[in-house]
Amino acid sequence: MEVPILKQGQVLIATFQAALSDADLENLRRGLLQQVVRFRSRGVIVDVTAMDVMDSFASRTLREIAHMIRLRGAETVIVGIQPEVAFAMVQLGMTLEGVATALDLEEGLAYLIERFKNID
Amino acid sequence: MSAGEIRVAIKSDQDIVLARQKGRALATELGFSAVDATFVATAISELARNILVYARKGDITLRAVQRSTRKGIEILACDDGPGIPDVPLALRDGFSTSGSLGLGLPGVRRLMDEFEITSQPGRGTTVTVKRWRQ
Repeated sequence: MEVPILKQGQVLIATFQAALSDADLENLRRGLLQQVVRFRSRGVIVDVTAMDVMDSFASRTLREIAHMIRLRGAETVIVGIQPEVAFAMVQLGMTLEGVATALDLEEGLAYLIERFKNID
Repeated sequence: MSAGEIRVAIKSDQDIVLARQKGRALATELGFSAVDATFVATAISELARNILVYARKGDITLRAVQRSTRKGIEILACDDGPGIPDVPLALRDGFSTSGSLGLGLPGVRRLMDEFEITSQPGRGTTVTVKRWRQ
């Protein structure tokens, strides 16, 4: 299952579907990095609202995506982690340390715009 | 195989997705809350991935269980892979031999109410976990 990546100005938005396999997540990691380079994007929003399970592999992949994109000089925000998913992640021992999170797409965009202002 | 028992063969990463979807569906059917259904699905995902990473193939079996009036789900993760030489060590947070995971078993134990593991080097590993409806 492909993860659609939308371009909105300087920001890329990737929207996760529910049933992502490990291979899908790896493809997304590659795809996002390529697009960040291609469009010289400054921000990435990963919308995980539809994800009903965030296991250790998915959490680790998200963290890697955010760190790679930061090395490229852009900023990543994970938005829409469901409350029960957050609960399970904490029990599992997964953290998204060093990765920005926001409630939803709107707040994620607001966060990035604020970051861009501070840099400019 | 008795009624109400679901077995998913784990051979690829797609099977991990299938197993956790079946687990969530069973949990929902048994009246589990959204949080508990998510715990069940997450635990299945971890156990199925352990099978794939360490043993390459195995089975996840899901079963509705009952103890007096309490309903629950039992998840059996079974493989005939290399086994775990030191089980107590594998149950410690942060330990991994694959160099990538290492949160699997202790995390699964925290997500579930009951946890049992038997492993024999060279013969395989069986993990049995249960989660009761709250």
